[in-house]
Parts: sequence; C-alpha cells; structure tokens
Amino acid sequence: MDLHFGDSKPTDEERAAVDALLGPPESAWEAPAGEWVDRSADDLRWARGGRPARDRRDLLLPGLHAINDRVGWISDGALDYLCRRLTVPPAEAYGVATFYAMFSVRPRPATVLHVCTDLACAAHGAAEVCAGIEQRLGAGSGVHIERSPCLGLCERAPAALAVRAGDPVRTAVAAPATVESAVLAATSPDSADEEPPASLAVPQAGDPSLVLLSRVGVVDPASLDDYRAEGGYTALRRAFDIGPAQVIREVTDAGLVGRGGAAFPTGRKWQATASQPDHPHYVVCNADESEPGTFKDRVIMEGDPYSLIESMTIAGYAVGAHHGYLYLRGEYPRALARLEHAIAQARSRGLLGDDVMGQGYAFDIEIRRGAGAYICGEETALFNSIEGFRGEPRSKPPFPVEKGLFGKPTAENNVETLVNVLPILTMGAQAYAAIGTQKSTGPKLFCVSGSVARPGIYELPFGATLGELLELAGPPEKLRAVLLGGAAGGFVRADELDIPLTFEGTREAGTTLGSGVVLALDDTVPLPRILLRIAEFFRDESCGQCVPCRVGTVRQEEALTRLLERAGAEAEDDIALLREVGRAMRDASICGLGQTAWNAVESAIDRLGAYA
Amino acid sequence: MTTAESPVRGGAPAARHSTAVPLAPPRRLLEFTIDDEPVRVPEGSTILDACRAQGKDIPTLCQGDTLTPKNACRVCMVEVEGSRTLVPACSRRAEAGMTVHTDTERARHSRKIVLELLASSVDLSTTPRAAEWLKEYDAKPDRFGPQAARLNEEPKVDNDLYVRDYDKCILCYKCVDACGDQWQNTFAISVAGRGFDARIAVEHDAPLTDSACVYCGNCIEVCPTGALSFKSEFDMRAAGTWDESKQSETTTVCAYCGVGCNLTLHVQDNEIVKVTSPHDNPVTHGNLCIKGRFGYQHVQNRE
Ligand SMILES: Cc1cc2nc3c(=O)[nH]c(=O)nc-3n(C[C@H](O)[C@H](O)[C@H](O)COP(=O)(O)O)c2cc1C
Ligand code: SF4
Ligand code: SF4
Ligand code: SF4
Ligand code: FES
Ligand code: FES
Repeated sequence: MDLHFGDSKPTDEERAAVDALLGPPESAWEAPAGEWVDRSADDLRWARGGRPARDRRDLLLPGLHAINDRVGWISDGALDYLCRRLTVPPAEAYGVATFYAMFSVRPRPATVLHVCTDLACAAHGAAEVCAGIEQRLGAGSGVHIERSPCLGLCERAPAALAVRAGDPVRTAVAAPATVESAVLAATSPDSADEEPPASLAVPQAGDPSLVLLSRVGVVDPASLDDYRAEGGYTALRRAFDIGPAQVIREVTDAGLVGRGGAAFPTGRKWQATASQPDHPHYVVCNADESEPGTFKDRVIMEGDPYSLIESMTIAGYAVGAHHGYLYLRGEYPRALARLEHAIAQARSRGLLGDDVMGQGYAFDIEIRRGAGAYICGEETALFNSIEGFRGEPRSKPPFPVEKGLFGKPTAENNVETLVNVLPILTMGAQAYAAIGTQKSTGPKLFCVSGSVARPGIYELPFGATLGELLELAGPPEKLRAVLLGGAAGGFVRADELDIPLTFEGTREAGTTLGSGVVLALDDTVPLPRILLRIAEFFRDESCGQCVPCRVGTVRQEEALTRLLERAGAEAEDDIALLREVGRAMRDASICGLGQTAWNAVESAIDRLGAYA
Repeated sequence: MTTAESPVRGGAPAARHSTAVPLAPPRRLLEFTIDDEPVRVPEGSTILDACRAQGKDIPTLCQGDTLTPKNACRVCMVEVEGSRTLVPACSRRAEAGMTVHTDTERARHSRKIVLELLASSVDLSTTPRAAEWLKEYDAKPDRFGPQAARLNEEPKVDNDLYVRDYDKCILCYKCVDACGDQWQNTFAISVAGRGFDARIAVEHDAPLTDSACVYCGNCIEVCPTGALSFKSEFDMRAAGTWDESKQSETTTVCAYCGVGCNLTLHVQDNEIVKVTSPHDNPVTHGNLCIKGRFGYQHVQNRE
C-alpha cells in the first residue's frame, strides 16, 4: 500500500502525546511532514511500513485517545502524524476517529461535560439540570457540553462527567448532579467532590448471603492483600490444581449462562474456544457496559477489581490463552484507574506475567478503552474496535470462538459472567448449581434504578420475583411500569410483578432479563417521552452499516416524535408503520442492535397501551 | 491483486469468479432445497449463487461479482429454516440439508421495507432495476411523510474526472472495498461518521484532489447506484443529453501499456462517454488504471 499523507503538521503537544504512546520516531520517515532536519544516513536504508508496522494497527484507538486526552480534539496534523507512525491510511483513521462520540475532529474547548439525559436520569430531572448547566456555561466558558446517553451512574441519577484534556487528563463526576456540582466538576475538576465509594451502590453491602458482591465495601479495592485475605486467588489456585479441562467441566456443570444479554452457556463457549486448532487463543472481557440503565459491571470493577483480574486469568487458563483484553467503556475513569492499579499489583506479585503463581502458565491482561459507542459492546464490533477498525459488527458465521479477535479463536465474556467463575470453583459446580432454579443457576445482579427509594445493584438468587426485588429497593407508591433488560428489553405492567426473574420465566412472560436492568417508572414519568428517548438512543448508536437499522431507527424516531401529540385513532397509522419497520429491522438487521431496537417500544404499545 | 479475504476482518472469503483459473480440484457438490426444490451446488457457493443457477431473481445491491460480500444493504434476504432471523443470500454459504425459502411473505415484507427505507432516504433514480423492484414489492417510500430525513447533499464536483453524488449513495461499501484491500490498495476513501450520518469520505472530509486518490475509477466501476460517475456522464445527464439507448459498447485492448487490460468503450454520437472493463476478464476483473479509464481523449477525433 502506497500511503499518502497530507502536509498538515502536528503541534508539539500532539506529537508528544503520540510519542508518549509509541516512543520517539525511529526514523526521519516517521517524523511529521516536512521535518527532515535530522535525517541520518541510516534513514536511507530504512523501510517504512511492512508487517511490523501494520501489526500495530491496534494502537490506533489508543493513539486517538492519547491525542484527544491531551488536546481535547484530533486535528488534521495530529491524525496524519499518528497515521504516519502506524502506517494506517489517513482516510481509514478518519473513519475510525469519527465513529466514536468521545472524539472530535473539529476544534472544541479542552473541557467536555457529558450530561446524561438518558432514562434513569430523565426520571430524575436531567432535563432541568441540563438546561441550568447550559445557561451557566454558555459560549466562552471553555466548556463544551454534550448531552450524553447513560453514563452508568444510574443509581445516583442525574449524572454528569467532566473530562478536561491535558497532561494528565483530569476527570470529575457529579452524581447526583445539581447545576452547581456539575459546573464545579467542569470548571475545576481537581477540586470537585470525591465520588462516594462503590459500595454505596450496593444497598445490601456487607450482607453475609452475598456471593458476587461479598467483597464490595469489605475490601479496599486498591489492596491485593485485602483481596487475598477475603478469599481472593483461591479459585485460581483450584483451577491450577484441577487443570483447564476440568475447569471447563465445572463451569459447564454449574450451568453458568452469560450475563451480557444473550444468555449463551459459558462452558460451551470456553470448550469451543479451547478446542480450536488455530492459535493463539484470546480471552476478551466485555466491560463496555453501555446499555442504558446498566451499572453492575462498573460497581464490580470499582469495588472489587481483583476479582475480575483473577476470573480473566482463570478463563485464559481454561481456553489456552496467554493474552487477555479488557475492553472498558471510555466513560468509566474510576474503574480504569482501579483496574490499572490492580493489574500492575498482580503483575508485580507474580499473579500475572510469564509464570502465574509459579505454575509455568503465562498470562497478561491489556486494558483497551472504548470511546463512546454502545455498539462496541456487540462482541464482533468490539473486536473491530480493538483492532483499530470502525466498531462495526461482523456478520456471523464465522463465530468468535472460531475467528474472533485478530481472526483467532476468542472467548468473550461479560464482567459479571466472569466473576461468577470464582464461586463456581470455590464452592464447586454442584453447590453453585443449587442456587437459583434448574435452568437459571447461580446468583444474579440486578441494576435497579428509576422511581425507587434505594436504587443500586442487588444480588439475588435467580428465581426471585420482580416484586420481591422491587420490595428491597422500595417501590414507588404509584408504579406505572418496569423496563426489564434495558433499552433493548421490554416493559412490563405494574400488575405483573410476580414474574420470576429467570431466563425461562421472563421468556415465558414474553419479555427478557437482558443485561439485568430493572428501571421502575411511576405515574409521573411521561411515557411517550421515554419511548422517544429510547428511539433516539438507537438512532444515535446505530453503526450505520445496514439499511434496516441505519434508516429504520430514524424512521421510528420520526414516528415517535409525531406520536408525542397523538393517541387513539390518530396514532394508528404511525403505530402500523412502527410495527412494519420494526418487524423488518428484527428480521433483516445484521446485529442485535437493529434486531432489538424496537422491542421496548413495541412492548409499551402492546403491554402498557401507550398511545391508546 | 487478489480478492483473498483479510483474515483479520473476519469477513467471508471472497468467492467465485466465473473466470477463476480452472485449475482447482473439482469441488464437492452439496444438496439442499430452495423453495421445496432440490438443488446441487459446488461447496462454497452462496445461497445467491444457487438461486441464480436456478433462474431465481433475487434483488441485490451491495453484492458485487468481484468483491467480498459486505451484506450491508439487506435487500437479498431469504428465509432459512431454523434461523431466528432472515439470512442474506449474497453472503451465506449454502450448507448441505439447508431449507431455503426465497419468496415467503416474511422475506418479501423485509425486502419491501428495506427498499422503502432506501428510496425514502436516497435518490435511486440512476440505480439500475430499482424502479422495477420498488414496483414488484409494492414499496411506497412516500409513506414516511414529507418530513422524512433524507441525505440532501450537493454533488461533489472537485476534479475533472469523476463526480461524487452522495445523495445517491446507499452506503454499500463497495467503493471502499475496491479502493482498499480488495483491489486498488490505495485506501483513499472510507466510511466516516456513524449511523444515519455515516458517509463515504476521504480523510478530513477534504476534496478528492487532496486525498490519496489515483483516479483509477475502480470505485465508479463497482458503484451500484450511480453515486460515483464519470464527469462526462454527470454533465451529459445534467444537460439532458445522456441516452443509453443511443450508446454502443465496444470491448478492446488498452493501448497504453503491455498488461493487456480489456476496455469497454461506451460510445454515444461517435464520442466515448465512459469506459468500463469486463468483470470476467481474468487479468483485471474489471479494474483499470487512470490511463485506461480516463485517458481516452487521444482517440477522439477533435476538429
Ligand atoms: C448492541 C449490543 C451491545 C452489547 N453490549 C454489551 C455490553 O455492553 N456488555 C456485554 O457484556 N455484552 C454486551 N452485548 C452482548 C455481547 O455481544 C456478548 O453477547 C457478550 O459480551 C457475551 O458475553 P457473555 O456470554 O458473558 O454474556 C451487546 C450486544 C449487542 C448486540
Ligand atoms: S443492526 Fe445497526 S448496529 Fe448492527 S450492524 Fe446493522 S446498522 Fe450496525
Ligand atoms: S478512483 Fe481509484 S483511487 Fe480514487 S477513490 Fe476511486 S478506487 Fe480509490
Ligand atoms: S458511493 Fe456507490 S459504491 Fe460507494 S458506498 Fe455509495 S453506493 Fe456504494
Ligand atoms: S447514568 Fe443517566 S441513565 Fe444511567
Ligand atoms: S445484496 Fe445481499 S445484503 Fe446486499
């Protein structure tokens, strides 16, 4: 490939940001355009590009982050310089940079304030807070305000996240946000209030019956010793004792099913990956968690980060991988810091690296940050994102267990799924399978938000009813509806609270558990607005690859906008149109985003009688 | 040049050039049924290949005979028993024992809606067969109302050779693939932005003249909608003088270099109005360079 670079130059700062990630240029050929001054004789024999350079394509996303973090946006010169260093065609890199919501290729202020206007926050007055912030931080304030999809802080809704570019980049969270606290976070991130500990998101914290959340609020998330003192790394030790094949058998016998939304049996996924002749194998932890209303993975990562490191190590050992990627959503600065610290500690104590626990097994974990794209939670889009391509889903088959990350066999799992492997190994498959129901085994995390007294993460054995869960969280006096499973899930009525929270129970009731979202709405929440917000979400988050989703989500949003003011007979035409488009989207879209985008609205029409 | 799949991207391997050098060992045949009729196709065939061999006409837009199927347009969807969703015929490999239905109410509904969505958002007036399909599936793009969002972009006329009229672009990715790792290896264009705002663009949204483009025109060759066209064609259409019924096509060998690429000269009123290249040519598979594609002025008789 014959690369063509423009002659736009990076600033010193942009160049320093890229060099900090990639090291200084090896040759004048890699230097920014026009800077040939220190060309040496060696440069004449230096070939740019080739396989070694192309193999670094996966550093494109980290490179874009490096620039965006330092400067706040990505200029032509910075992008060209990054492309030159990585031998990536600038047109492709531009396509990648413009795919992600957290990047800008137009100049903007160094501080960006993301103000959540999504479901839980909307139910807690996000609109007023946002308007107030916009009034206070107008033009010239040096703050760029972005109305944002769910920030994963729903238990403290409404939420805002400030990111100030610089070296280092500074972040601050305001949640629950007032106009004052959000403005303070944006104008002075260093002096903003510290976030409450993760355990505050766990109303049951300290309850001895907790399994997955047992350590949240009990251990210091920075302390590996604390973690070990509370039973940490006994599961990995057991894994080494019984060997990879037996680990997979235990996970299979335990009946563990993926918690990322698609409910795929984990043991089968691991077995299929482990048995592939092609190498290397990879494990990928899906910590993208961008489903509106979901924040369980964040709480685990913030409150008990070592448990995820240990689980990924076990997964790697089981499937024969030596390298794990942890794909973390870009809006989780605190989880990032805690995981980076935990990984470094584990490495320094021989729990990651060339010889894990002295067992002769090499395993390490690399964190990759997303940059604001819900679609990157789709498993194959996530691979493309890590590889430095646009986060567009691939068509299946082939499936990830056969051709996943870098085209190699890959086991990809959700954070909560992985963390379940610890109790499976410590208590044994049988004891674990005894929790929950026959078909839905083990404990389950639920993200309860909206109109409840005690929003947060709840852990219950599978099989508890929706009503029992809401009882714990303090249901509103006049419950109107519950959104189960997030934006891709479905609404149920206030008189359906005896639905058992299991995969089979929700399926029987014609709904889904999805990613564990339980969003309660009381009768003050304007339903048509919420439905429009859901449609907006999917319109914004569609990758744009396939027609039914790219155009269908827009047509649905248009119809729902019209329906804000219509009901009864007047609404019939638009509802018919929604149904027809929704059916084709479900049938013909490439990935789960387009296939499920219409679920929630359809359920609101059918079960709640919206627009009747 | 090859169309070998890039394993990293995980796409389906490029298939079947009708002209592939016939040295491969004979492929096994596999049997399955299409619309209740048994069919036998060589292993590796797509459902679309099998349908076409049966004489079934399934609409396709993003599928290209020289490109790895991107299966992005979703007009070729068929029903495969046991599959939760419909299946793109253009990219799904036939498997022994499969039961395929191409003309069910479900498949027809999906094609109709997809055509409506497309026609409501972009200009399909120069897309061959689009009008016919819209009629066949009773698609009514107008029903989304006058407020329905459209692309509404001015054509980009920034060089003398070809015009980019993205108002007609269905985002089939063919031009990106042709310019990128599947043929040209120039990587001058890619998809930028996301969702409904996604567009084909060069880096920094610059004019084509500032990009890596080498004006091979291979992207024009594969574009299924006329979003990319010769400047000559664009100008004649604007002037109302473009008339395919008055055009003749002559295939000849390019005179510029020794490779021997085949050129098809499209001539109207004794003037070459554009140049294409036969896709079944084993040397070029429809690809040319700037000279073959655009350098035809010297053969025109100018007073
Ligand atoms: C649009 C879309 C977004 C998704 N987002 C996530 C996510 O944020 N986190 C996650 O774990 N899984 C997500 N998934 C599901 C993953 O594709 C995949 O099924 C899951 O990570 C597999 O892990 P599991 O088997 O442990 O559930 C998403 C799927 C789709 C279609
Ligand atoms: S369904 Fe939507 S998100 Fe998924 S591939 Fe198609 S356009 Fe992209
Ligand atoms: S003319 Fe050739 S180089 Fe230019 S964009 Fe088209 S395919 Fe790429
Ligand atoms: S310009 Fe043509 S080839 Fe390129 S994506 Fe659009 S329709 Fe397809
Ligand atoms: S943080 Fe606002 S809805 Fe989740
Ligand atoms: S032709 Fe099959 S999806 Fe486009």
